[in-house]
Amino acid sequence: MNRPIRRVAFVAMMMFALLLANGTYMMIFRQSSLEAQPQNRRVRDAQFAQDRGAILAAGKTEIAKTTTAKDRFKFQRVYPAGELYAPVTGFYSYDHGSSGLESSANAALSGTDDALFVRRLIDLATARTPQGASVQTTIVPRIQQAAAAALGNQKGAVVALDPTTGAVLALVTSPRYDPNAIASHDVDAAGRAYDTLAADPTRPLSNRAAREIYPPGSTFKLVTAAAALADGKTPDSTVASPNRLKLPGTSTYLPNSTNCGGTQVSITQALKVSCNTAFANLGLQLGEDKLRKQAQLFGFDQRHLAELGGVASQFPDQLEDSQLALSAIGQYDVAASPLQMAMVTSAIANDGVLMDPYVVSMVQAPDLKPIQTHKPTALSTAMTPANARELQQMMGIVVSQGTGSSAQIPGIGVGGKTGTAQSDLSRKPYAWFTSFAPLDAPKIAVAVVIEDAAVPRNDIAGGRLAAPVARAVMEAAL
Amino acid sequence: MSTDAAPPFTVIPRKRRGVELALVAFALVLVLAAYAQVDLNVTGELSPRFSLVAGVAAGLALVAHGVLRWRLPYADPVLLPCVVALNGLGLTMIHRIDLINSPPVHGARQQLIWTVIGVVMFVAVVVLLRDHRPLQRFTYTIGLAGILLLLLPLTPGLGTTKFGARIWIQVGPYSFQPAEAAKLLLAVAFAAYLVEKRDVLALAGYRLLGIDLPRARDLGPILAMWALSLAILVLQRDLGTSLLFFGLFVMMLYVATERAGWPVLGTLLFAVGAYFGYLNFGHVRVRVGAWLHPFSDYDAYYQVINAQFGMAWGGLLGTGLGLGRPGLTPLARSDFIAAALGEELGMTGLMALIMIYGLIVARGLRTALQCREPFGKLLAAGLAFAFALQVFTIIGGVTRLLPLTGLTTPFMSQGGSSLVCNWIVVALLLVISHHARRPVATAGPLNPDAETTQLIRAAA
Repeated sequence: MNRPIRRVAFVAMMMFALLLANGTYMMIFRQSSLEAQPQNRRVRDAQFAQDRGAILAAGKTEIAKTTTAKDRFKFQRVYPAGELYAPVTGFYSYDHGSSGLESSANAALSGTDDALFVRRLIDLATARTPQGASVQTTIVPRIQQAAAAALGNQKGAVVALDPTTGAVLALVTSPRYDPNAIASHDVDAAGRAYDTLAADPTRPLSNRAAREIYPPGSTFKLVTAAAALADGKTPDSTVASPNRLKLPGTSTYLPNSTNCGGTQVSITQALKVSCNTAFANLGLQLGEDKLRKQAQLFGFDQRHLAELGGVASQFPDQLEDSQLALSAIGQYDVAASPLQMAMVTSAIANDGVLMDPYVVSMVQAPDLKPIQTHKPTALSTAMTPANARELQQMMGIVVSQGTGSSAQIPGIGVGGKTGTAQSDLSRKPYAWFTSFAPLDAPKIAVAVVIEDAAVPRNDIAGGRLAAPVARAVMEAAL
Repeated sequence: MSTDAAPPFTVIPRKRRGVELALVAFALVLVLAAYAQVDLNVTGELSPRFSLVAGVAAGLALVAHGVLRWRLPYADPVLLPCVVALNGLGLTMIHRIDLINSPPVHGARQQLIWTVIGVVMFVAVVVLLRDHRPLQRFTYTIGLAGILLLLLPLTPGLGTTKFGARIWIQVGPYSFQPAEAAKLLLAVAFAAYLVEKRDVLALAGYRLLGIDLPRARDLGPILAMWALSLAILVLQRDLGTSLLFFGLFVMMLYVATERAGWPVLGTLLFAVGAYFGYLNFGHVRVRVGAWLHPFSDYDAYYQVINAQFGMAWGGLLGTGLGLGRPGLTPLARSDFIAAALGEELGMTGLMALIMIYGLIVARGLRTALQCREPFGKLLAAGLAFAFALQVFTIIGGVTRLLPLTGLTTPFMSQGGSSLVCNWIVVALLLVISHHARRPVATAGPLNPDAETTQLIRAAA
């Protein structure tokens, strides 16, 4: 019987070898993915009990910090300004994950970033409580506060960029939420707060500035105008501007919401009064491809501001002529985030160069040594400098003489563009305004969108609602 | 009369009891240090009962050792120290999990009482049985008793269902898992039966792909065992026990007959049964689902997922005893004790424990090889293989090598029936090893010339 017993012994040995091999496999290949699972309470608790690094606004204002707590987690995440910076910081919760920079910069904040490896070893050796790195943002408290105050309780968003660098100066969205409630160590209360916010039909947790796209309406005429200039037209080139335009291939008419001032107007005049039929004609003349190319040069169809999970704005494909005409005035399936429209304006203001928007300027180790520093980078040259300067002047006329008069700032030149867009007729329209200032040496570009604006469907009305918000933001910056 | 004949050469096996004592002492030190570490890491001070626990543990180990010295001096010296280490570390881990509860519960005290009973049974087997061979006389009685025990949980009013499996019997406040005892009895019965019938069962029938298949008329026993295993699966919803019994039987059949056809046939039958179970039983599908894609349904596969989290958290070297969070895994003290150990002792510690199990199996199989008579051989091989299979299925299940089956982790999981039965299994292995290693009683070399009496065949 010894031969079969030896074989059985071999089988038993294989079973044990398999157990050991599987253990090894688990440690090498499964461990990190298991640790990364969101339901892993061990990892979550350990991270939650960490001395997390602070998130700073410009001027070293702490917008998220960690204080000591006397409960099972030794540290408590605190957002000193409550709701104000929530769209940037996001929240850091026990049961509902994290969002915003708390999520995207987690490796640095929690100190697990590879750049902090040596420091972690020293902490381990000296039994010092490990500290996370701090994250310096580009948000300017003064501008952020002005934007939040100006937007008030209106549903919408404001994005302000530095056109020369792409730095996000302010990013406001409304309705707001207080991340402190979700970060509470009373896990049940935090869960209830989160559930209430998540179930709220006005979606306070949504980041409308970077993560929502809306029909940009007439603000998209800036893109059409830029495409026309790139195609060889000048601000004085005239274009047919009938009172209403029969959409090719259909029996519907596109009306004007303002008086265009004649049936043949210059592009400057068309932009000044936001003439629908003139821009629809321009779009038809340019064609789908040139329009899309210009939109993409401004950053459409790409995701931006990944730190905050920014979504891509869209310019539709395979358009029929009627759809092309509507797209040229920012209707049909064109959709843009407020961030995207601020990028369009900032590229125009920066003499045609589109800067990559960013919100984290520096990551600092706990000893204040910079680990990462952001260098402003250009995404594309959206316009020639000459064309850009012409479009700047045209936008200046919109504010000084046209639909954007509510954005005027005494003594400072402002360029802007209004918009009133609708996704469908049953909903109230979106009021848009995008602008930059000063006209001669732009320092700030702003985009404002207000949802469910209780205004008539015309540009002057939309401008009247959104432009003062943009003006307040620009005033705070200058 | 020649006097230049070579003197008789006899190997006198060494008893090695001193080695055993040293190893037992080492195991005790290991266990008590671990126990103290749990206390120090969790509460910051030694529990006032530490000296009592240490005394009882040392006393039990020394009693077991002393009894071996007295009655089975040639028994294998490695088995007992391995068992002391496993049982002690199991107790330590249960104590550690006790401390998670607030106020602490007393699972370890209960388990210590069961350990005492286990050692008493161990002593009883060693002292009273002394020789395994007489067991052969009760083949059918023991087999019947085993099958009855196995089916006992199905008795209405006596059997209870826990965690979806109907494998407990409840008498008053005490519950008992009779499958463990049945495993022991059936191993003895199989060994005795197969030693008796091996010649018939070894007859070759058809030859297929180079393997001799048994004759159709001899398929009765294996089919009966298969049916019984399926019945356990269907009626008691116990995947693990079903696999264990069938595996044990097929392996013993193979060792007894030396015919490779049996394991081939057995594997096929098992595959058919497992597939049937997968198709027809939700609980089998849940187990398979948790094995293949645990993260597809967090709530349904909660247990397996959390065991994985625990072991990942422990990493290679573990969090340290008392410093992990094994309480997050349900059933950490019974089915998932391997995950709790993997978390706090690390994968390295878990592998060390697996190696201790491997030592027990290796020693059991070695005893089977050394044993000089077929019944002892077969019994030792069967007990050792069943032990290996059980360790493989439960630790493999917890570490996601296999679908999880609700078997106990021998000597470690909380639960009295398993602990006591495993002590008896080890006692039986020691009895067999004593007989295997004992020097054969010889009357000196035969020298026909020197014989004064000659045997003369009587004419008929």
